[in-house]
Amino acid sequence: MKKPLLEFTDKGIYCGAAKVYLDPWKPVDKAIISHGHADHSRWGHEQYITHHRNVPIISHRLGEINVSGREWGESFTVNNVKFSLHPAGHIIGSSQIRVEHKGEVWVFTGDYKTENDGISTPYEPIKCDTFITECTFGLPAFKWTPQQEVFENINQWWTDNQAEGKTSILFGYSLGKAQRLLKYLDTDIGKIYTHGAIENMTQVLRPLVDFPETTLITKETKKEELLGNIVLAPPSAHGSTWIRKMVPYVTASASGWMTFRGARRRRAIDKGFVLSDHCDWQGLLSSIEATGAEKIICTHGYTEIFSRYLREQGYDARTEETQYGDEEDSTTPEETAPLETQTP
Amino acid sequence: MKQEQTTSEIDTTTVFGSKELGMRGFAALIKTLDSTNKTNVKVQALTDYFLAASNKDKVWTIAILSHRRPPRPVNTTLLREWASELANIPLWLFEESYHIVGDLAETIALIVPSSKTSTEKTLTQFLEEMIALKKKSDDDKKTYLFENWKVLDYYERFVFTKLITGGFRIGVSQKLMTRALAKATEIDEDILAYKLMGNWDPNTITFQELIIEENESDYLSKPYPFYLAYAIEGEPEDLGDVSLWSAEHKWDGIRSQVILRNDELFVWSRGEELVTDKYPEFNQFKTTIPNGTVIDGEILPYIDGQIGTFNDLQTRIGRKTVSKALLKKVPVVLKAYDILEWEGNDIRNKPFTERRAILEKLYQKTDNLNIPFHLSETMHFSSWEEVAKERERSREMFSEGLMLKRKDSPYLVGRKKGDWWKWKVDPLTIDAVLTYAMRGHGRRSNLFTDYTFALWNENDEGEKELVTFAKAYSGLTDAEFRKVDAWIKRNTLERFGPVRSVTPHHVFEIAFEGIALSKRHKSGVATRFPRILRWRKDKSIHEANSLDDLKSMIP
Ligand SMILES: [Zn+2]
Ligand SMILES: [Zn+2]
Repeated sequence: MKKPLLEFTDKGIYCGAAKVYLDPWKPVDKAIISHGHADHSRWGHEQYITHHRNVPIISHRLGEINVSGREWGESFTVNNVKFSLHPAGHIIGSSQIRVEHKGEVWVFTGDYKTENDGISTPYEPIKCDTFITECTFGLPAFKWTPQQEVFENINQWWTDNQAEGKTSILFGYSLGKAQRLLKYLDTDIGKIYTHGAIENMTQVLRPLVDFPETTLITKETKKEELLGNIVLAPPSAHGSTWIRKMVPYVTASASGWMTFRGARRRRAIDKGFVLSDHCDWQGLLSSIEATGAEKIICTHGYTEIFSRYLREQGYDARTEETQYGDEEDSTTPEETAPLETQTP
Repeated sequence: MKQEQTTSEIDTTTVFGSKELGMRGFAALIKTLDSTNKTNVKVQALTDYFLAASNKDKVWTIAILSHRRPPRPVNTTLLREWASELANIPLWLFEESYHIVGDLAETIALIVPSSKTSTEKTLTQFLEEMIALKKKSDDDKKTYLFENWKVLDYYERFVFTKLITGGFRIGVSQKLMTRALAKATEIDEDILAYKLMGNWDPNTITFQELIIEENESDYLSKPYPFYLAYAIEGEPEDLGDVSLWSAEHKWDGIRSQVILRNDELFVWSRGEELVTDKYPEFNQFKTTIPNGTVIDGEILPYIDGQIGTFNDLQTRIGRKTVSKALLKKVPVVLKAYDILEWEGNDIRNKPFTERRAILEKLYQKTDNLNIPFHLSETMHFSSWEEVAKERERSREMFSEGLMLKRKDSPYLVGRKKGDWWKWKVDPLTIDAVLTYAMRGHGRRSNLFTDYTFALWNENDEGEKELVTFAKAYSGLTDAEFRKVDAWIKRNTLERFGPVRSVTPHHVFEIAFEGIALSKRHKSGVATRFPRILRWRKDKSIHEANSLDDLKSMIP
């Protein structure tokens, strides 16, 4: 039997013909990387190939690495297999990876969203035979509202908190969500302060995108100067002494998970805004349709449910186990590190 | 404090701006209650609502928040079918979504097509329609639901569906609502608590009758608000002179009030539910205990002259009517703690010892009648060490620990600190091995957070194997859950639908309150309120406990 063009191995998604891995989770010789989130771009590969807008991101995250950047749609061949990167619209520099060999085309989405967020290059559907898709929010309960409406609500919330003399603290993942929020915060309301992790990543991205001015919170920052202003912080800062020093404050989280009423309450956050860098249910379905693919492989998210639905719709759909997860949850290296196992 | 008040003023002026709040205002109230963890913000939002809503809507709001909703007009099977039809998804996908969201009304509100419109109707109109709907044909019901789901906005849709499915649990206790109502009406909170108890029908009663008017005849069935104790903080010695305190065992049954007035019997459980019909054995009280008596006690199973387990009682709680066979199998008694009304007078302000003297006299009079009326014995000690020793005996006494009551204490309303304390026995704990995992609900639905734990047992061939004994899904921090989740995903052995079996590797300390033999459980043992106490990273699976260790804890 002919080997499939891409296989799921214990190291990652593997193209045997090219001897190249896509977003591998164990160290390999040659890796093509979809985007800069920790679960997709890991440490320890000999060689990284990614979109050039992702180069500063992973260089910042992983330090000294051997990385080469490519343009959108630029083809490059490895051992006669043709690869190209196409916008995924998930975060800055996020790509789908197209693989073509002997007339067969596979596309791996990495993470993606269909809405144009104004900072990531917008998602483009790519025709293919086999489509490897994430489905983080692959349930009909997930329906995003246009971001403009969400940002109006966020700015209104900031204004209301300011009227009460409180500091607004808005949580978002330090790569991607934080910059998307930053881009649309209304600086007429007040000043934007940042947590170190967000400030560092934003500095890396400033040459690529025009962002409003930010002020890093340091030991010298007085809590009085924060009053009425907004603080962007990673979710892992929630409940920390760093935050508690800022009283009086109001907290909010911007995430697709805020769809669920219980999510905000369980995390003891005052306000939830539904804003995601992944596709919602309809986004996933329309993207899949637009690829024209017959074979669909679901990698992470509600994979079992989503692939069953696709099979009912006539697709040849299946699930593959990967080690990609929800980057909005894995914000600190400590939380993404595998557990030490001490099997007897 | 001051700032919190401004918060809700801002919230409510935008939300409650219109003249007739109606359903829109009620949905906005629920949204506000739902989106804060701060008690004073909740009370303020409720107060503002009570000040602005129409009297009829107020009565319904009080009814809903005190769990008095009209009977469910549409069964949930039909609701699920119709919602998936409107959302144009297969039923199985609806069920999967429901499993993940964890709340039926919320699932429906999320999956049906969204609408930007809103309603002008009042809350009362909706509830009257729902009452009328119960008698209508399925076709009419479906039309009604579709019409409303299509025009209501997200929160209204959620509230509307919630009113149909029932069970409004949104972190607002009856006490909290009563506090807000007291602020809005300037009527004393305790008096309101009293007025809101008992049997009243929101469909017929007016706000005037329910809240404002004084009406003696309504009080016939009314219980008194229960006095609830806090768990003791620190050492019991801190309570001072032991001779000022009376101790008794804390029985593990259903806290209840038994009321005898006008030759009628009323039994109320602590959830403020009238449960008279569930306990027909108490009918004997009508002829043996005088009118004008209210007793506070615990309903306990009493089998062959011994107090049974909560598991036994469970078989009685679930039934609306009780069969003769069950009545024989699991008879109950009232274990009396206190007396609140005597000869028609409210005696809650008398000191505890005086009330107990009355209760004990009453008990002695009925002692030879063989009625299901028992006394919870009070004990007096000369040192706290003696009290501690008695507490050690709790499990063999089938109690959960001790209650400490100040001898001179009046019977207060609700949960108040100072005069009554509960001093429970420490939970039982055992080290068990994680064997199965399932995804959690809601926010945790992407994580494996529902775990099954096993203990070692020797099988017939003399080999050691792991036997499942309990499920638990709380007790770890979010960060710990994420770690365990990541580990589970990499160490799955098999999948059975939503459940995965995992390599036995991690040991957790599991705490639980009670333990009893059980035929329904594979291990032969049932535990009460199992939860994860901590992750024993220091232990290997071979150091986990055995099923025999667990069984040795059965009193
Ligand atoms: Zn990502
Ligand atoms: Zn991902």
